[in-house]
Order: sequence, then structure tokens, then C-alpha cells
Amino acid sequence: MQLALFLIFGVLCVAGALNFLFQRHPINSALSLVAVMMSLAVIYWTLGAEFLAAAQVIVYSGAIMVLFVFVVMLLNAGEETRTRGSSMAYVAGIPGVAGILALLTYIFLHEREALGAAQLGGHLDGATSNIAELSRVLFTELLLPFEVTSILILVAILGAVVLARKEQ
Amino acid sequence: MNHLTQFQTFLLLTLLKVAVVLGITLGAVAYTVLLERKLLGRMQNRWGPSRVGPFGLLQPLTDGIKLFLKEDLMPLAIQKPLFVLAPIIALGCALISVAVVPFGAYNPVKGVDLFQISDINIGLLVILGITSIGVYGIALSGWSSNNKYSLLGSLRATAQVISYELALGLALVGCVLRAQSLRLRDIVDSQSAHGMLSWNIFGGLQIVGFFIYLMAAYAETNRAPFDLPEAESELVAGYHTEYSSMKFAMFFMAEYANMITVACVATLLFFGGASSPFGHLIPAFGGPIIQAILPVLWFVFKVFCFLFLYIWVRATLPRFRYDQLMGFGWKFLLPLAMLNIIATSLVLAFRG
Repeated sequence: MQLALFLIFGVLCVAGALNFLFQRHPINSALSLVAVMMSLAVIYWTLGAEFLAAAQVIVYSGAIMVLFVFVVMLLNAGEETRTRGSSMAYVAGIPGVAGILALLTYIFLHEREALGAAQLGGHLDGATSNIAELSRVLFTELLLPFEVTSILILVAILGAVVLARKEQ
Repeated sequence: MNHLTQFQTFLLLTLLKVAVVLGITLGAVAYTVLLERKLLGRMQNRWGPSRVGPFGLLQPLTDGIKLFLKEDLMPLAIQKPLFVLAPIIALGCALISVAVVPFGAYNPVKGVDLFQISDINIGLLVILGITSIGVYGIALSGWSSNNKYSLLGSLRATAQVISYELALGLALVGCVLRAQSLRLRDIVDSQSAHGMLSWNIFGGLQIVGFFIYLMAAYAETNRAPFDLPEAESELVAGYHTEYSSMKFAMFFMAEYANMITVACVATLLFFGGASSPFGHLIPAFGGPIIQAILPVLWFVFKVFCFLFLYIWVRATLPRFRYDQLMGFGWKFLLPLAMLNIIATSLVLAFRG
């Protein structure tokens, strides 16, 4: 069951990501990104991280991507013309991607023993809630990084406000 | 039924539950439309629909036939795939959220709960997530119609729903803090001690949260007094101007299904779900079947009261101006919801 779900939504995820790259219209690209995020959420859920799945749907597909679609609609962005791409992309991009792929492949193959035995999710039985454990860790052991991240986001919001008010 | 395995029983009962709940929800949507037209008529000193059947009770049937038989117009300059997809997203998201609502007391039959389709431990988050996906239906419909009034309507709707989603979610946090769970069944159970006195709105001191939720929910479902996305005096009909026949009907049904979902959530979180307001004051009477059905009737009654309130508000209040709407959401409801969370958690910390 889990394998079937993983295969279906993994394929959907990759197909959505490819569609995201090849579509010429911003709205279609944004919608394929939504499809990618929803299938990622399903994969998280099958791994036993239901809170992460719900947060993924609510935050990414429900709020951030809606804002993307909103801005595309508001600015009425038209179809983009296909270009050859900048030469920087060919000089730096392709070797960079190849390097990252090689590195990831090396790590996965090198740590094959450890990864094969790793148990993802399903540690907790029904009695202890995933969310309770998550929030306990987040608000006790990881309190400092959590608060620092919140302040980072606050600074980003303030920066956006400052940039938007500059014209007056 | 003994020759079936556990999984087969589960599958059959679940399919049966899905079919029954879907049928009842669609029927409720049709009759909510009739209820609205009748009540609005009465409040405006006229009769409302009264010709088809006794008291106009067959009106939804004729409306349905009319919508099915109408020509399905496809304007020339639309984005066709998205134009077709948008009403499906809207109605699909509106109907899916009923799946996690527990509409009766816990009654297991062969290990399957009879009065809830799926009992998820993050049920509340699932409802919020599905609601936030439903925005795409409205946003895409306006954009793919290639019509400026549709686009304006859908831009208004999207901005409004995103803004009020925050206040809506934060208003519910107080109840989650009290129940210490996101499972809807747990939230209902946390209010079942002393009947009406332990409901979140009275005993739980969540009356502020309830009013924030109520106002945010009216904005979230694009209902009066926040129905700017379909303000007919400004925008023709808003985001569904170009739609006709069943596609229009799907948007229409989605609006009413969303109303029912919001009423269900308000009942579950603030009014004790399917529990009786008298608690244990009335001794149990009748057989086990009556005792199983009675909570469902209480639930339906509470949801009906919320729908009545929706219609009452629509007949009473004028529409907001757009800047008033945004100011109300961001400058009043959101800070109030945060204060409510702080106050609730302080009280809980001192008591615990």
C-alpha cells in the first residue's frame, strides 16, 4: 500500500516538476508547482509525518502559491517567449548540477547500509501524538533556533514594508 | 456478514457511509437554497417560492432540472482546461471536508465508526487545508474567463479569503488549547462533561474566539455582509459571470456546501458537537437505536441554527466597502484573535 502510494505520488511529483519547467505560461507553471507540493504532502503522510503534510498543504499550497497565482493574475503576465538561455547557465549551471548529482549519488551509495536500515516515521504508537512530541522538542530543546527563525521572518516582513513605502 | 474479512467489512461500510453522507450533504445544499429563498422572502415581506409542490418544497428539484437542461456556453477567449477545472476544484474541496466531521456519538459497528467517515488525528488541520485549497477554484475561474469583471471578482475573493484565513485559524486555537488535540472527536469530548455549561462558548470562555470565527467564516465563504466578490451592482456577478448551466451550479453548490462545512466546524468546536445541551439531566430513554440517533438530531439542529443565522445576517446587514473589509480583518480580528490565544493559554497555565 505504502509502496503503491509512493510510486503514484512520486511519479506525479516528478511529472509536475518537469511540467513546471516546460510550461510557458506562469499560471500553468504555478499550478504544476502546487501539484508537486500536494504530492510531497501525501508522501510525508505515508512516512508518518501527518503534521508536516498538513503544514505543507496549508502553508505552501494554500498560502504561498495562492499569493503567487494572485500576483500573476494581478499583473496579467502573458506567455513568455522561449529563449536560448544565458551563457552563464551553460557555463556554470550544467557542471554545477552534475556536481551536485554526483555528490548526492556518492553519499547515498556510501551510506547505503545506514540508509537501508533507517526507519522513517512510525516510531510513535497511537497513544503519543506526533504533534505533541514535535511541539515539545520545538519549544524546549530547539527554542533558540525557533525564535531566531521567527525574528528572521519578521525582519523580512519589515524589509518588504520599507521597500513598498519608499515611493512616497 | 461473517464470511467477510475485516478489510472487506471496513471497505463496504466506508463506501456506504461515503454514499449516504454525500447524498445527505447534496440534499442539504439543495434545501438550504430553498430555505434561504423562503426566509429571505419572509424577511422582506413577500412569499418566496411557493408554486412547485406543497409550500414550494419541490422547487430545488425544478431548479436542478433547469440547470441540467440549460446550454453549456463556452466563451471563445477562455483558457479552456482551467475554465473546466475551476468549478470542479471549488465543489470538490467544498464536499471533501465533510469527510472528517463527526456528526454523532461514537457508535462502532464491527470496528467501524458509524457517524464519521474518517477519524484523523489532525482533522481540524485537514479541514483548514482543504478550505485553503478551495481558493484556487475561485481564483482560476476569474482568470480563465478572460473577463475583467470576473477577474476583479476573483482577485477580491482571493485577497479576502487569504486575509481572513489567518483570523479564522487563530480563532480556533483557543479550543485546540483546551482540548489539547487536533482530533475533532477529542475536541467534542473535551466539552461533554456538564452539557451546555462545558461547551467551549460558555464554560470554555471562548465566546470571543467564537465571534471572531463567525465573522471570519462569513468572509471565508463570501457571504453577506462580505459578499464583495459577487457584488452584483459593481461586478455583474463576480467570478462566475461567464459560467452557465451545471458549471455555474457547481459554484453555487460549492458556496452552500462551504456554508454547511463552516456551520459544522462551529458546532464541533464551540457548541459541543453532537452532545445534548442538557448533558445528563435527562435520563436515557428508548432503546439503543434512539440513543444513537438522538445526538445526530442535536447536531443537525445546531447546524440548522447556524444556517438560519447566515440567512438572517444576509437579510439584515448591508455590504462592507472593500477597504473597510480589509481593515476589519487585519486591524481588528487578527489582533483580537492573538489576544484571545494569549489569554486562554495564561488561564490554562494558571489552572493546570
